[in-house]
Amino acid sequence: MTVASPAIASNGHGVGVTFEDMHRWYGSVHALNGLSIDIAPGEFIALLGPSGCGKTTALRALGGLDEVDQGRILVDGRDITRVPTNRRNMGIVFQAYSLFPNMTARDNVAYGLRLRGVDRAARKKKADEMLDLVGLAAQASRYPHQMSGGQQQRVALARALAIEPSVLLLDEPLSALDAKVRRQLREEIRRIQIMIGITTLFVTHDQEEALAMGDRVGVMSAGRLEQIAAPTELYDRPKTRFVAEFVGLTNRIPGTAANGSVTVLGANVPLLDGSAHSGAVFALVRPENIRVVATQDGGARVAAVSFLGSLCRAQVTLPDETLVVAQMSAAEAGDLQPGTAVRVSVLPSPVFAVAD
Amino acid sequence: MTASPGAPLSAAAPDIGALAARPRGVGGGRRPSPLQRSARIAILVIVIGYLGLPLFAMLEFSTRGNYGSRSLDSYAAMLNNQDLIDGVTTSLQIAVLTVVGMLLLLVPTMVWTVVRVPRMRRVVEFLCLLPLAIPAIVLVVGIGPIYRWMGQHLGAVGASPLTLAFIDIVLCLPFAYRAIDSSLRSIDSATLADASRSLGAGWPRTIFQVILPNIRAGVLSASVLAIALVLGEYTISSLLSFNTLQVAIYLLGGRDPFISVAVSLSALVFAFILLIVIARVGGGGRRDQREVEEPAT
Repeated sequence: MTVASPAIASNGHGVGVTFEDMHRWYGSVHALNGLSIDIAPGEFIALLGPSGCGKTTALRALGGLDEVDQGRILVDGRDITRVPTNRRNMGIVFQAYSLFPNMTARDNVAYGLRLRGVDRAARKKKADEMLDLVGLAAQASRYPHQMSGGQQQRVALARALAIEPSVLLLDEPLSALDAKVRRQLREEIRRIQIMIGITTLFVTHDQEEALAMGDRVGVMSAGRLEQIAAPTELYDRPKTRFVAEFVGLTNRIPGTAANGSVTVLGANVPLLDGSAHSGAVFALVRPENIRVVATQDGGARVAAVSFLGSLCRAQVTLPDETLVVAQMSAAEAGDLQPGTAVRVSVLPSPVFAVAD
Repeated sequence: MTASPGAPLSAAAPDIGALAARPRGVGGGRRPSPLQRSARIAILVIVIGYLGLPLFAMLEFSTRGNYGSRSLDSYAAMLNNQDLIDGVTTSLQIAVLTVVGMLLLLVPTMVWTVVRVPRMRRVVEFLCLLPLAIPAIVLVVGIGPIYRWMGQHLGAVGASPLTLAFIDIVLCLPFAYRAIDSSLRSIDSATLADASRSLGAGWPRTIFQVILPNIRAGVLSASVLAIALVLGEYTISSLLSFNTLQVAIYLLGGRDPFISVAVSLSALVFAFILLIVIARVGGGGRRDQREVEEPAT
């Protein structure tokens, strides 16, 4: 695979996108409920959420494939809310394989260029460059049914980029692929996106994908944007209960909140904004913020240990029978075995707490 | 499976179970028993006999000459029968109009319902299948006054037998719908249409350059069925007093049964050849159907 060709490198700028108070109803279902997002030029935004949360509706609205009942969509400052799909110049990669079965990979990539009146020689040159970009130059003459799922999605990406779109829209393009190809392709997509500098909206229900790829990750629930932030901020400082519980693993450990902190497992831990702030609460503690030390006089017992390569995850039963999960390096896990007596404590990182 | 003589029977049970669970004829290339082979041959002979004997009888009858000889005079005479030639020409023209009209009506409608308004799919299906439930005679009784009005007020156009194409389009809807629907179900039409439109294509281009080539087999099948229906349609043409192929054959049958049977056989052979040609053309788009394993790139 080659690095950037001149034709591709010349498209090295993105445009800003704004969702302004978007609403969409499907009958009684409020699929988008006042969604507002500002996307900076060249930014990679991942929209994350469970099925039916409205993330695909938002993407399709930006692509012009679905209408919005209320609100505006601005691209580079221009209102495109009522502009038809075929005049929006959006590159879209779909979840389902969407290559045209009657065309070769090259013809698929050149299709959008043909619609723009690009002459045959230039079309072929650009299509071959794009296929080279996604590492499929040798497959240019193949039909979709002669390619694997991963190859088809790469061609779909090349096809979407060939028209030099204003915005790249990725609608769960990796969900039909197996884990290994998925990981390779997501790294490739991110590399190409950074290289081209194109503004990208990526929709997924896979947390790992969203956190690994996005400059910022937006978490959606029931048509609303719960929080949008950089992956680390989203993970470490969730602003709502939904985000705290949905993103990553969390332990619900009983504690008592007062004066901006919560006492949990004997430790006083600061509370994040938006938490329940007084009385009996459940502290949502990340597994990596729980410390487990083997000791004869520990009141807790290890229930199970999972080896995850460089990491270990231990399930520990507290004296009150609460089960917590702790994550540590393999070296720290040492000789932890099921039945080992341990002492459990919580690191003083801020946590989110929800009312009992 | 291997087991020592003294091994308990239960130890061998899983293997026996696995063998028993394997579907018959899968992966083993099991040879059919003589009885099965005989049954297959018998069924084949019956089917060929059922379909072939009438054709053979028609051939035998239409090639009878004087004093027990064989002759192709009936076939040669077809070419000199002006009523017959007019009937064939009219039926072929109606067939062309019917196919074009049917495709123009049905393909965009079906694509639209699949891509944009899936909830209307059942309604369109119901409407398309309705002609199956309405006898031709009822159709004629209902539509007869319209044809009379057209004949009186629209001059030569209104009185032309080519107007039969309107009824034939309706009659072939149930068969054409099924053929096209099965093709549309075999592709993800909605996603392909979305992809095409997102790349800058309008609806006409999306239908003609993306959807239509991928439902070619269904469209061709629908066309063949429509042609077959038009070439074989008698009741409506006869009751509306238009001279089409079947009407001409019927009238000819009263005067010269040999030519009549020769024409019928020729029409069947024509339809058969048409089916083969279209099957060849329709199947040409899938040259290599092999599936591809995910490469470790």
